Amino acid sequence: MPTAVAPRTPSPRDAVIVGAFNTRQARRLEGETSDSVTLAAIKGALADAGVALSEVDGLNILPGLDPNGTRTYGYLLDIPYFWVGRAAPGPPGVLEAATAIEAGVCDTVVLAAGEAGLHTDRSTVAPWTRPSNEFIECWGLMTPAEFALAAQEYMARFSVDPRKIAHIAAVIRNNGSRNPEAVYHGKGPFTADDVLASRMIAEPYHLLDCATTAEGGSALVLTTAERARDLDVPAIRVLGGGSESWGPSYTHPPTYDRTGMLGRAAADRAFARAGLDRSDVDVFELYDNFSWEIVRYFEAFRYCEVGEGPDFVAGGAIEVGGRYPIVTDGGTMSHSHTGESQRHQRVVQAVRQLRGTSAANQVADARVALVAVLGDVVLLGRD
Amino acid sequence: MQRCTSCGTHLFLPRPFCSTCLGTDLEWVESTGRGVVVTHTVVWRAQTPAFETPYVVAVVRLEEGHEMFTNLVEVDVAAVRPGMPVEVRFVPVTETVTLPCFATAS
Repeated sequence: MPTAVAPRTPSPRDAVIVGAFNTRQARRLEGETSDSVTLAAIKGALADAGVALSEVDGLNILPGLDPNGTRTYGYLLDIPYFWVGRAAPGPPGVLEAATAIEAGVCDTVVLAAGEAGLHTDRSTVAPWTRPSNEFIECWGLMTPAEFALAAQEYMARFSVDPRKIAHIAAVIRNNGSRNPEAVYHGKGPFTADDVLASRMIAEPYHLLDCATTAEGGSALVLTTAERARDLDVPAIRVLGGGSESWGPSYTHPPTYDRTGMLGRAAADRAFARAGLDRSDVDVFELYDNFSWEIVRYFEAFRYCEVGEGPDFVAGGAIEVGGRYPIVTDGGTMSHSHTGESQRHQRVVQAVRQLRGTSAANQVADARVALVAVLGDVVLLGRD
Repeated sequence: MQRCTSCGTHLFLPRPFCSTCLGTDLEWVESTGRGVVVTHTVVWRAQTPAFETPYVVAVVRLEEGHEMFTNLVEVDVAAVRPGMPVEVRFVPVTETVTLPCFATAS
């Protein structure tokens, strides 16, 4: 057995998030491109932090799903030498950058992603949901069907009342309905019955159980705790994290036995490193691409036993004001889902909750946030 | 499907080496084409207009032990259950493409 993960001891080199920014999000941003929204996100996050571009010596940029974006932007931004982050947006990118900063590999990192103009053929589902390869395309597989498989299996195994899952989507969509920055602001309130009455997409998922599609960009700035002392924004600490990948799920069938516990070991590592208990978390910015995933997260992260999730999330438990408030900006179901940058949005929203500056649905005195996107988990905290 | 001549493991998707013993001497063998449904979803919003709804995407576990994506055909979409025995149905799509779909086992 490897040595257990030890709680961190504070250091001037601890990584902190000092900039967090979403551009305007909309179903279609006329005149914008993936590059224009990515650039706007970078400018916004640097301005939010009060950090000059000349300080940046690390980048992880994903404009319009372009895997070479980081190097392109390094040159376009005229940064002579820079650390290149390669992890996906959201928790994995934050964890990678924080690890590099704490190890002394670089000092100030900008993470950004943005998409616009990618989903133009509305007779098809969004392009990022239907990757082309010979083992999946022929079956009509797409992201909703992919995620439906494990949910369907779980629903049958535990004889789950579909209203309990629809309730999750209603809570998230109502958070977004109250959020003036959400694409679907003012489109609620929704009830579980509204969700169940929407048309079926891929059983057990109805239209309102699923993520939406939109356009926009998001960015983050990380630096050292020492540098952050001179900035005007509160430093949000990266307390711990874990990162579990598997698959790719598109070729390796995502059954419940394969995906149910995705992120459990990552959460165990995150809490061990942070020196925190499950009960220390005030707000849960979970990736809500499909409603039942929220049940999976609370079970995988040991907040309840497997099979108890549908009752765990019932009533007001996951609403703002409840003990386990989730997805407080409205998430991918209501705030925005752009293809990739929505993964950063979970971190942006956690930072705003911890600063006490959420545009809506502020959790009172939020001090610790758990951010999770599939198997990637980070715990963030305010000093 | 592939089979490792060193340790006998059946392999799917096709790959360059055995995931059990890392052996590289793999042979092609014919599957029995029989298995059970692990899970499925009935799709009502087609991925592209090329698909007619509803269609059933399923994960089938074959007798050889591996799991694969497929479509269920010749089934009552409301009657599909985990553990349901199924067998392969080769469905011609074009002159050069034939898909290994599955139907209720006879």
